[in-house]
Amino acid sequence: MSTIFVLLKKEFLQIFRNRAMIPLIFFMPLFQLLILSNAATYEIKNIKFNVVDLDQSYFSRELVSKFTSSNYFILNKVSFNIEEAEESFKTLDARLVVYIPKDFEKDFRTNGKSEVQFIINAEDASAAGIINNYANSITRQYNADIVTKSSVMPDKTPLLNITYSNWYNPELDYRTYMVPGILVALVTLIGTFLSGMNVVKEKEIGTIEQLNVTPIKKYQFIIGKLLPFWIIGIFELIFGLNLGLFLFDVPLLGSPLLILLLASVYMFVVLAIGLLVSTVTNTQQQAMFIAWFFMVLFMLMGGIFTPVESMPDWAQTIAYFNPIAQFNKAMRMIMLKGSQFKDVLPALNFFIVSGIVLMTLAVWRYRKSE
Amino acid sequence: MEDRYIISAKDLTKKFGSFTAVDKISFEVEPGEIFGFLGANGAGKTTAMRMLCGLSIPTSGKATVAGFDVYKQTESIKKNIGYMSQKFSLYEDLTVKENIGFYGGVYGLSKQQRKEKTEFLIDLLKIQDARNKLIKELPLGWKQKLAFSIAIIHEPKIVFLDEPTGGVDPITRRQFWDMIYEAADRQVTVFVTTHYMDEAEYCGRISMMVDGRIAALDTPAKLKEQFGVGTMHEVFVKLARPQSA
Repeated sequence: MSTIFVLLKKEFLQIFRNRAMIPLIFFMPLFQLLILSNAATYEIKNIKFNVVDLDQSYFSRELVSKFTSSNYFILNKVSFNIEEAEESFKTLDARLVVYIPKDFEKDFRTNGKSEVQFIINAEDASAAGIINNYANSITRQYNADIVTKSSVMPDKTPLLNITYSNWYNPELDYRTYMVPGILVALVTLIGTFLSGMNVVKEKEIGTIEQLNVTPIKKYQFIIGKLLPFWIIGIFELIFGLNLGLFLFDVPLLGSPLLILLLASVYMFVVLAIGLLVSTVTNTQQQAMFIAWFFMVLFMLMGGIFTPVESMPDWAQTIAYFNPIAQFNKAMRMIMLKGSQFKDVLPALNFFIVSGIVLMTLAVWRYRKSE
Repeated sequence: MEDRYIISAKDLTKKFGSFTAVDKISFEVEPGEIFGFLGANGAGKTTAMRMLCGLSIPTSGKATVAGFDVYKQTESIKKNIGYMSQKFSLYEDLTVKENIGFYGGVYGLSKQQRKEKTEFLIDLLKIQDARNKLIKELPLGWKQKLAFSIAIIHEPKIVFLDEPTGGVDPITRRQFWDMIYEAADRQVTVFVTTHYMDEAEYCGRISMMVDGRIAALDTPAKLKEQFGVGTMHEVFVKLARPQSA
């Protein structure tokens, strides 16, 4: 026990003597929350668009004004030539062209229907989908307006009116959605990178050999190496959670203790990954590279930025074995829905099993002699 | 194997794939002896030493260190030896005091013992002013002397020194050897590898390693006599490069 205490004391001395560490611990969560939670949003505003209005009628002007008066679109250019309008795609000056053909109004008045075309720059597929939705809903609204206003066909007023109600995040505030995910990313980074790099650093400077020739037991060494980062990780989570609650008004409907319980076991999994990486590498560079490889994969497939549900089936199967995806899902469930212990039990079980498997592998790989 | 030897090796061998780093070496070391391992770079000195320290498991052969088997009782060996590697073994980002405290703690010294040891070593090395300085701020010679003191902080039976004086100036080297003699006077067995030939003269007995084998083993005086030369340097050249000699 006292050996572990001696090891812990040494680790904390070294960690806090590192000038970068204190700012990292306090500013990393703050900056991540500030920047990512505000920047990473699925909502698109201020979409610039071009208009090609060949009709120049009351109806066409009304339609364009519906776009410009919405919060989403800004008129970039009016032209009478479709090629010219599309030129803007290349420079990204506009992402949408609204093409109103000649006789737009006349067709409507005589036949009761007419056409308008949207040309969308779909380089960014998900943005294109969102732009399409916005443009459609504006047009639908406009359509309902003119049908009601014009006396042409009063009987065709739409009877079915859909109303929406968004549960668990009523204002569709993306910060509410992002903050739990960012906290997950934060503790994961600390667990894998800091712990893995720390062990490899001892290899690099040669002190690990000195430790291997002492009577320190394997488990003592490993606890001494991992426990400090477990403590820092949990501290970061609590700190970040408080920032989220008080600075960003993110709700916490479930139990904070349940989050702590899950996080405690989750940290065990990521620390095992960090230790495992350190046992197969000899330099911090190698460790960094391998850790990044897995981290990027886990992160992008972890549902923090893009929903797991929209991934193909095989990717969803992989996501089941992705600890980041599991923890992210559980965090959102607890914070936004107030889920209970039984709801997150599958995630907890997964962490326990995978933590034991990975830690066994890492301990087996770590050798005092060769 | 007889108990009167603190280290004894018989046909000790280490292979890395098809390369034989250490090839059937046999020798015995008595308690309190200063036993030197000499050889060119890559002759297998470090590998041999690592096997005796329990850092590397031998491929074949037998060896005991402080009465413990190098295959099965490596952890018992570790309690009875000190080790100072070629690579620098202190923590550069910890102070003198913290390094002494840490290694003392790792070897199971009590808090009181650690305190006493710290004061004793700081006095011994005359580094009172540097006690709270980080290791990286100290000159290399001081670091090496401190590393040696820390390697024997738990008063082991044997201390293994792997090229301890690399890059150190001659005066500091001399002081370093004074410390080795003091340790030997306290019946600590010293097992040292080096390729400085003047250091070889300081050893009680020398084992000359060439290509993983022990080419000669005796006191420096007898080795010089045997090869009919005046210095250890000439012995080394005769043995290490027989063709070019």
